[in-house]
Amino acid sequence: MLIRVTPDVLEPGPAIAAVESPSAGAIDIFLGVVRDNNLGRRVQYLVYDAYPAMAEKVMSAIAGEAKERFGLEAVAVLHRTGRLEIGETSLLIAVSCGHRKASFEGCHWLVDEIKKRVPVWKKEVWDDGEEWVEGPESLGLQQAPASMRS
Amino acid sequence: MTVTILLFASLAEAAGFRRIELPLEADDTVGAVRDRLIGRYPALARFVPTLLYAVDEEYARPDTAVAAGATLALIPPVSGG
Repeated sequence: MLIRVTPDVLEPGPAIAAVESPSAGAIDIFLGVVRDNNLGRRVQYLVYDAYPAMAEKVMSAIAGEAKERFGLEAVAVLHRTGRLEIGETSLLIAVSCGHRKASFEGCHWLVDEIKKRVPVWKKEVWDDGEEWVEGPESLGLQQAPASMRS
Repeated sequence: MTVTILLFASLAEAAGFRRIELPLEADDTVGAVRDRLIGRYPALARFVPTLLYAVDEEYARPDTAVAAGATLALIPPVSGG
């Protein structure tokens, strides 16, 4: 599995190469890219912070779960950190699988789980201010069992 | 004997630092260490209701024990992707 948190530009080529397999009939790719607007405000750029060591551990665990649940052959998950301009890739997922249906479903599930539990944060920088985003799907806001909160 | 505390994103900006060591106390827990940190840096108090915690890179609970040399991360709601 290719799992990485990195300040470097994310390119799909190496991720595709990392999941290629002779027995895979499908490779599904997801690119999360920086959008120029959110909730009606114009976004200039994003800054991503991360806890890299733990983020890679959590991404590995999620990738392992996805392989089991969806019968995936291989998974690559890369998340970028630092300043990202509009149109740049922040999250790159590639999965390979025997058949297409599970590759789509597994990739979709991976994105959702990453947004819930991987310790990565984005700051939106607008024309007139900035704010660290609290992801609506984040474990800390909605999904945590009461026992995990303070 | 100390515990290392890591701050990220909004917490790091509010505190003005990303890492600090505090002395460990007897029978220390995640919640107890957090409360001592907030005693020193009250600007962090407003983040507590939505915080999650990790000890040595594993999600933990407020009552999780903290041993000497451990690393405690205070984790605000994540927003990767």
